[in-house]
Amino acid sequence: MRYMLLIYVNEAAMAAAPTETTYEISAAYGAYTDALKKSGAWLAGDRLKPTQAATSVRMANGKTNVLDGPYADTKEQLAGFYMIEAEDADAAIAWAARCPAASAGTVELRPIWEQTM
Amino acid sequence: MENGLEIARAAAEAAARQSYGKLVAWLAARTRDVAGAEDALADAFAAALERWPKAGVPDRPEAWLLAVARRRRVDAIRRRLTGEAARDHLRLVAEEMEASMNDEELPDERLRLMFACAHPAIEPGVRAPLILQTILGFDAATIASAFLVSPATMSQRLVRAKSRIRETGIPFRVPERAELGGRLDAVLEAIYAAFAEGWSDPAGTETQRRNLATEGIWLGRLLASLMPEEPEALGLLSLMLFAEARRAARRSPEGDFVPLAEQDIALWDDMLIDEAEALLGRAAAKAVIGRYQLEAAVQSAHTARRRSGRTDWAAIRQLYDALLAIAGSPVVAINRAVAIAEAEGAAAGLAALYVLGDDKRLADYQPYWAARAGLLARLGNTSQAAEAYDRAIGLERDPAVRRFLQQRRAGLGDGATKG
Repeated sequence: MRYMLLIYVNEAAMAAAPTETTYEISAAYGAYTDALKKSGAWLAGDRLKPTQAATSVRMANGKTNVLDGPYADTKEQLAGFYMIEAEDADAAIAWAARCPAASAGTVELRPIWEQTM
Repeated sequence: MENGLEIARAAAEAAARQSYGKLVAWLAARTRDVAGAEDALADAFAAALERWPKAGVPDRPEAWLLAVARRRRVDAIRRRLTGEAARDHLRLVAEEMEASMNDEELPDERLRLMFACAHPAIEPGVRAPLILQTILGFDAATIASAFLVSPATMSQRLVRAKSRIRETGIPFRVPERAELGGRLDAVLEAIYAAFAEGWSDPAGTETQRRNLATEGIWLGRLLASLMPEEPEALGLLSLMLFAEARRAARRSPEGDFVPLAEQDIALWDDMLIDEAEALLGRAAAKAVIGRYQLEAAVQSAHTARRRSGRTDWAAIRQLYDALLAIAGSPVVAINRAVAIAEAEGAAAGLAALYVLGDDKRLADYQPYWAARAGLLARLGNTSQAAEAYDRAIGLERDPAVRRFLQQRRAGLGDGATKG
């Protein structure tokens, strides 16, 4: 099965972290991504720019409504994602638990809706 | 004669549930589609429950169920009652199973199914109902009445949990050694929850709730037979059997609550107690201590009164010390305080209770107030004892226990004049 690992962390806290910590975090993500790739589980993954850069778009009455900012105002913000291939929920949970975000924030695990013939 | 029929009926029903649970587990383990497996077998299971008690259990019960399921499928498709999933399941049956079943027994996958039902990604409150439904074939209405929720609510929660197993990709497998501990705890907890729901109706006035204690034991036996080397699985079964052995003694003929210390040991079921002791012995031989073994050991110490005529409170206190260390909870702490009171005197017990006083969860916990009231009364502090009894009475749902507490409170008057 394919799973999305949605990474939620506190942006403000991340931004306020000292350079050294930021460096350590990047290294941790690098190692984690390598591990995913080596095992063959990695399908895609990237870091997102902070919600300051977010734009929310909605169509209403044929008009495009563009709002600056994220869709939802939450304590932790979507900051990145991985798409992985895992045999089942246990394997996906094991990968999510190893993700650096699991210790600093939350990793939401969502199975991808596969098209079945 | 009637009794004989009743026994035959019960045996046939048990056989139907065995075969049904095995088939659901076998099918679901291959497709992860629990609801589909249940759908495919529902008609056949209903037919078995009706027919086997009269005609006897067939030689190959699983093959019988499958044959009926396939025959019914034809009618069902005609009536458009069977969904896509059920058809898929039956096709699977046709292609794969019949060949392999000719000489061999159907592999028992119920353990894997139990681990799927008690997976951490499944909401804890629905794990026991899910196991009761998938392994034993109980309908949502029966389970709902046992858990005191509406049938519609229970049915919805079960449907959601089953679709979650499929959508989330929850595996049907027994976890590896490294993660087995925590995962097994969830299975044990679910089985114990089923048992405890039934246990809370000691008089058996609500028949369905009483049956649930029996089903909890049934599941406990199944688990112990599937994991015979697992000390906590043995410990849980032992604990449930100890409790079950005392069922008849928990109420007087008039329906009044009888506290453990005052129970008539002639009413205890010696055979169950012996079986519980043997299980505990087997578990202890593995030398890996755990919560359920300790709780069973407490029960064992209580039932020692059978032979020695007295309860070994010092041993019980030590067992609660150990329980507090590995699985501390307010309930354990209160029981430990009661044991201290018996072993070292009411003042020591009360001191142990007071230490817990800050825990907000205890404000609404009947056993805390009842224990406190009893100890205060023994120390002659009648006014505080009366207050504590009032709190306990207000919190108690069971009328028999309430009457008992009210009698104890009324008895305080004498103590006050004497003291």
